[in-house]
Amino acid sequence: MSERHHGHGHDHHHHDNHFTDMEARVKALETVLTEKGLIDPAAIDAIVETYETKVGPRNGARVVAKAWGDPQFAEWLKRDATAAIASLGFTGRQGEHMRAVFNTPDTHNLVVCTLCSCYPWAVLGLPPVWYKAPPYRSRAVIDPRGVLAEFGLELSAAKKIRVWDSTAELRYLVVPERPDRTEGFSEEQLAELVTRDSMIGTGLALSPEAAR
Amino acid sequence: MNGPHDLGGQHGLGPVAPETDEPYFHAEWEKRALGVTLSCGAFGAWTIDESRHARESLPPATYLSASYYEIWTRALETLLKRHGFLTQAELDAGHMLEKGAQPKRVLKAEMVAGVLAKGGPCERPVATPPRFVVGERVRTKNFNPETHTRLPRYARAKKGVVEAVQGSFVFPDDNAHGRGENPQWVYTVVFDGGEIWGEGADPTLTISIDAWESYLEQA
Repeated sequence: MSERHHGHGHDHHHHDNHFTDMEARVKALETVLTEKGLIDPAAIDAIVETYETKVGPRNGARVVAKAWGDPQFAEWLKRDATAAIASLGFTGRQGEHMRAVFNTPDTHNLVVCTLCSCYPWAVLGLPPVWYKAPPYRSRAVIDPRGVLAEFGLELSAAKKIRVWDSTAELRYLVVPERPDRTEGFSEEQLAELVTRDSMIGTGLALSPEAAR
Repeated sequence: MNGPHDLGGQHGLGPVAPETDEPYFHAEWEKRALGVTLSCGAFGAWTIDESRHARESLPPATYLSASYYEIWTRALETLLKRHGFLTQAELDAGHMLEKGAQPKRVLKAEMVAGVLAKGGPCERPVATPPRFVVGERVRTKNFNPETHTRLPRYARAKKGVVEAVQGSFVFPDDNAHGRGENPQWVYTVVFDGGEIWGEGADPTLTISIDAWESYLEQA
């Protein structure tokens, strides 16, 4: 492989500039709605718990690992991603209309939503802050190589880059290339190599050595 | 609308700054903001298109300096006021002052799993066959509505190729404004980087958008 994949050695930037304002604002909103009987605070807890513990990128990793190990499933995923993914039990909000796009030796796929923050929740969970923030949304379409470099990913100059701007209700899952030296791996072992970023296109799947 | 949300190709917004081992939430209020937003969405009083339009209608300086949960929260306040569920005076007081509109349904804890697993599919049948076929050359229209649209500015009046006919879906440009679902065929249209960005574009780059049929004309 000609690409290099460095670690994420970037400084932590704080994106939330209005912490105390927002704390008060959301508290007021939740209080008024609760007093009116319009929301159930226990439902909010259940929503948060769902996305903290049940719906996250390990779902997508299972889809990718199965596609790597099972050519028939990969074909199904290519043809009808919504049904293939649902067969593993992953359905629902922001995963209603799925499409899987496969990286190849020639082409690297990258997903963005320039207009808002469309993201395949059913397989990747809640989007990271950077995915929803102006720098990524503005630059992924005009300077994808510059963006990828900030993730430590430098693709060879010959590699084609395809950027998918999620402007409608289709939600895209990138299927990264299967790493070398993974012959005989179980689906569970393969899934450990599949990072969230590799399913957005801002990373590659890990090598078995890097995953250790 | 040509709002602050339509960010593709803008310069000067800084580095992406991915965060190592990013937590799902950076503060407790973000959890509540997520849950309140989804709970109120379950009222069935507005559509996802109306809520997107409420977000992109925030003042540009607010939009660009806010985190996404702040954008959600501010837009939710707009929607709740617009549909009569609460008033600004109540938000200022932090307490209920009057009885407001009643929603079709209130999301209870035991309903959460079912509602999230069901989602909100927006594929709808249309009576007419697709106007464009795979491989056809098309041009996106040039328009600048003050209302909601999902055709980004950078992809207007550009020539591309239909790569896939994806099905027929609710038309957000109408649905966001209560003008009905009016479904249309949606196509994945792919453009060369040079067609979009001109001189100096990455020669290895192609970009696709998903475009409703009325965004397109024959090239």
